[in-house]
Amino acid sequence: MRERTEVLARTPVRQRLIWTVAGFGTLAFAACLFGPLVGSTRIHLSAVFDRSIPYADNVDAQIFFVARLPRVLAAALVGSALALSGVVFQALLRNPLASPDTLGVSAGAALGAMMAITFNFDFSLLGISAVPLASFAGSFGALLIVYGLSTARRRGTSTIVLLLGGVTVQALLSAVIAFVQYLADFTQTFRNVRWLMGSLDVASYAPIGAALVPMAIAWAGFATLPRVLDLISVGSESAAARGVNVERTERVALISASLATGAAVSLAGPVSFVGIVVPHLVRLIVGADHRLVLPGSALFGGAFLIGCDLVARTIIAPLELPVGIVTAIIGGPVFLWLLFRRA
Amino acid sequence: MAAVPSRVRLAASLVLAVLTPAATGVVTGAADNPQRIISLVPATTEMLFVMGAGGRIAGVSNYDRFPPDVARLPKVGGLLDPDVERLLSLKPDLVIVYDTQTDLKRQLERARIPMFGYVHRDLADITVTMRALGARIGMKAAADAAAARIEQQLAAIRARVANRPRPKTLLIFGREPGALRRVDASAGYGFLHDLLELAGGSDVLGDLKKQSIDMSTEMIISRAPEVILELHYGDSLKPERFDAERRVWNALPSVPAVRNNRVFLLGGDEFVVPGPRIVIAADRFARTLHPEAFK
Repeated sequence: MRERTEVLARTPVRQRLIWTVAGFGTLAFAACLFGPLVGSTRIHLSAVFDRSIPYADNVDAQIFFVARLPRVLAAALVGSALALSGVVFQALLRNPLASPDTLGVSAGAALGAMMAITFNFDFSLLGISAVPLASFAGSFGALLIVYGLSTARRRGTSTIVLLLGGVTVQALLSAVIAFVQYLADFTQTFRNVRWLMGSLDVASYAPIGAALVPMAIAWAGFATLPRVLDLISVGSESAAARGVNVERTERVALISASLATGAAVSLAGPVSFVGIVVPHLVRLIVGADHRLVLPGSALFGGAFLIGCDLVARTIIAPLELPVGIVTAIIGGPVFLWLLFRRA
Repeated sequence: MAAVPSRVRLAASLVLAVLTPAATGVVTGAADNPQRIISLVPATTEMLFVMGAGGRIAGVSNYDRFPPDVARLPKVGGLLDPDVERLLSLKPDLVIVYDTQTDLKRQLERARIPMFGYVHRDLADITVTMRALGARIGMKAAADAAAARIEQQLAAIRARVANRPRPKTLLIFGREPGALRRVDASAGYGFLHDLLELAGGSDVLGDLKKQSIDMSTEMIISRAPEVILELHYGDSLKPERFDAERRVWNALPSVPAVRNNRVFLLGGDEFVVPGPRIVIAADRFARTLHPEAFK
């Protein structure tokens, strides 16, 4: 381990970045390419792109373009967003156990979805149905609370206070979720539970397009973070001593990670484990430098979730497993193996 | 809970009917002539009314909606949250409980209140339960007659569509409004499956011996149903939204049911209460699948 760290330290960052992006990028590209080709039904690529068959009659094309491609794209986006948020929350809160769920944004998104299901919300906007809309609104509400907590830091509170405050918000929202579920009838409860297991079967491009808006804002925020996160994750004081505007950086990090999480959860439901296991796996491979961990996690997160979804939709075909089950079952042992092998 | 009854009513029976494993009509206590019956099961409430025992009902569940007479009866909770104090205060001499309500059964046992344990599995169980319940409350002849009437009516519907081509049909009992996501479909086992087959449909998921499945978009396209029946009940969807919800299916134009305009949204609680109104449900299925047979 020490030998590897020394080798990493001696290699210029630019070169390591190229290797990181090339390696994880190839993996993500392969996953995006392979993902739509495999499923519970056998399809022929020649038929998919055969323009002589009208689209309305082309079953292969519809399976490819309506059933598979949107969910592969959704998996890529959601996996990447959750992994990036995981990295940022872990650095911001200086806690390796932090995840996109820690500060309550996921719980806010879940609460919005539970309310939409339980109270039969009946509206849509630009082709997006009530459940994902309410879910994103819920995550945004939670974000506002967490942001309020972060501004309290100006009055001299510490990261640990933000963490505890966030965890409390998360617990509070979970209690409200339980209350809303209690009001639901059996069918609604059944649908609530299914929502909480996560699903990438989005069946159209409209929700992906909608999720891209907050995700693009989040990416713009993430792009400013790699260097300063390295300094902040060591400590606010030393970061400030090196000229980092700690308050501003923390706020950008918090809002970006929360927006990305909210968009991901409203698109796919809660997908457990990606936000924890992917950042740590990437750190084990490329080291702790956020200039490498952030792009590496974004690419590997997408590839990992595409792979997990592939397993979810084929392992008990023609039925499917909820993807959240697969991420934990695959991610957990792989992570443990890597952790103990390196140790 | 009492503050939101309009939102949370009914629909329970679907999941119960679809998901509860079972035998049929577990009877506790000997047959007698109870006069203050509490029914925690909407299906048995309807059975009691049909056999002429509606006047003996002292309380019903929060999910009971039919017949309209139940509106004036005291409500005593549901499957997961029976209001035991209220139930005991009504001084019942028979309580019809779900057989899975083990805690409630233990409490009733301690209070020495006789019970009738309700369990349900498939279409045939409906009349079996009805006869067992009739025998339990001393109304065997009336219950037998009502059950026989239901069986005759179901047989008549079956006969009416018997020799017609059976369209491959997908029966959906839940999905996300405004999207083809999280589609819950009835598969090849249970009372909805039986009802569909009786009404002259061929269950497109008949090979999967499960009561319900979460159906992916890919599976909907590859199974290529010729008819899609989508059930709506309780407050889940207002009828004026049916057209908009039907159009959601246009995203899958290769599905024969969509191409041939044979996606039907059916609203009504009779689809989710496995009681006497099952005849109405069967009739509506049959008329939807084979309109020419009813001209």
